[in-house]
Amino acid sequence: MARLARLRFSDEELDELAAQLSAVLDHAADVEALDVSGIEPTSHPQPLSDVARADKVRPSVSRAEVLAQAPSVADGQFRVPPILGEAP
Amino acid sequence: MTAGAIAAAVAAGERTARSVAEDYLDRIAADDSEIGAFNLVLVDEALAAADRVDAAVARGEPPGPLCGVPVALKDNLCTRGIPTTCSSRMLEGWRPPYNATVVERLRAAGAVVVGKTNLDEFAMGSSTENSAFGPTRNPHDTSRVPGGSSGGSAASVAAGFSALALGSDTGGSIRQPAALCGVVGMKPTYGRVSRYGLVAFASSLDQIGPFAATVADAAACYEAIAGHDPLDSTSIDQPLEPIEDALAEGVEGLRVGVLAELCGGAPPEAPAGNGAPADVSRGVEGVAGDVLSRVRDAAETLERAGAEVRTVSVPSAVLGLSAYYLIAPAEASSNLARYDGVRYGLRVDAANAAEMNVNTRTAGFGAEVKRRIMLGTYALSAGYYDAFYGKALRVRTLMLEEFAAVYNDVDVLLCPTAPTTAFELGAKTADPLLMYLNDVCTIPSNLTGHPAISVPFGRGDDGLPVGVQIMGPALSERLIFRVAAALERTATGEGSAP
Repeated sequence: MARLARLRFSDEELDELAAQLSAVLDHAADVEALDVSGIEPTSHPQPLSDVARADKVRPSVSRAEVLAQAPSVADGQFRVPPILGEAP
Repeated sequence: MTAGAIAAAVAAGERTARSVAEDYLDRIAADDSEIGAFNLVLVDEALAAADRVDAAVARGEPPGPLCGVPVALKDNLCTRGIPTTCSSRMLEGWRPPYNATVVERLRAAGAVVVGKTNLDEFAMGSSTENSAFGPTRNPHDTSRVPGGSSGGSAASVAAGFSALALGSDTGGSIRQPAALCGVVGMKPTYGRVSRYGLVAFASSLDQIGPFAATVADAAACYEAIAGHDPLDSTSIDQPLEPIEDALAEGVEGLRVGVLAELCGGAPPEAPAGNGAPADVSRGVEGVAGDVLSRVRDAAETLERAGAEVRTVSVPSAVLGLSAYYLIAPAEASSNLARYDGVRYGLRVDAANAAEMNVNTRTAGFGAEVKRRIMLGTYALSAGYYDAFYGKALRVRTLMLEEFAAVYNDVDVLLCPTAPTTAFELGAKTADPLLMYLNDVCTIPSNLTGHPAISVPFGRGDDGLPVGVQIMGPALSERLIFRVAAALERTATGEGSAP
């Protein structure tokens, strides 16, 4: 799970986390035990539909302002360490 | 001074916005070291904004409804060029390139932003103790928490550091701290207020709303920020009803349901009610007796004012907490994937990008945020998705159906906002589940997307404020403000607490 979430934990942290998450999941046993056959899922409180706008150019955030917030920039682009190589 | 009185005085030229701003900034400078409501106080910006308001008044321009009113912003609302941290190391020093829509609307209404308030990191928490920059304390008793996650905003209004404040409410993060700090806090219908520029926690639940000392001020603030916004695709495109004229209408003939499941399962004896439904199997855990007494008092008050009060049941309400603590972490684990050290915020470098992501996230997030990401990753993972996340989504459907049914019989629902009054700092930090139980009465409105308001109503056995909650169906803001105003008139009236 930690690998999926791109997080690192010490062994002690993992032990504590496991106990805490178990307590929450035990509490969720009421939901897990529920017979929900025939009930549709609701992922959102509103009926969502695509919202379109006129295809017109409008002002957007400034590229310079955005790049000024980046940890590392080169040639007007975000700069990152090599993406190839050993995965963690 | 209420926000309404400030706006009237500034508009009439009786006071300058600058002198008002100076008063509030002085109070912050004198007392915030004890409270810790603010991550950032915007002295120069506030005075400049106040001068602009004064200049507009002098030119005879029509004054905005919040003309010269000092407002505090939860520090997860984007402010252009001004640090927005979410109380996280991850965003320390980040200056957003745009303003949240609510910030633009407050400015257009003439409000003066005095600072950015503390919160539980990324709005995850119920006590404002999960902040990377230290806790906020409750102005009524500094050994107690202010609630959370919008604890800084609630404390700011309670301490008189700002006349109004904005918070965000994903599972109760406006209403619960409002209750614990003795102020009014309101969560609008999902989609009523634009989320553009609110740093996302759980996108199907998050909603921005106001804190104020009075119901009328909360309503005025809500009206200033609400309304359709093309920049938020979930924003509701329907006209707003004016609220102010409804506040004095009273509750004669209104049908009020006391929600049994959120009142400890043992329904408060609703006066002249129809009695408890036969099948109230159980209620949520941990609602304290003194809080239930205040809810009972509120029910009696509304009945005396002419409302028809009865006890009603929404059995799925007891499942809300479990469903929420699967859905919200699931959405959070996805939303917080954006903090990868590439485009903004913290980066802890490494030889390759994947290692850099891990280093950055491990160093940048606090313990509670990591806990929720892990919980959400688990709830969404192959093999567990159907058992946890999938079922939680079906609970949400069940809850929507049951609330719809109960709103056929009553106009609004009454219940506690928080299960207890403000607790001691540190009392619940070691046990996440115990902390999560703070949200048990507020979560249902987030899962359904319905509006709800917390209004101070008396004190607990410890002398600390108690909030009672009015919930209503979608788009019933006018109605819940009206009921809250009726309760407020009693709570602040002669001979009654507080």
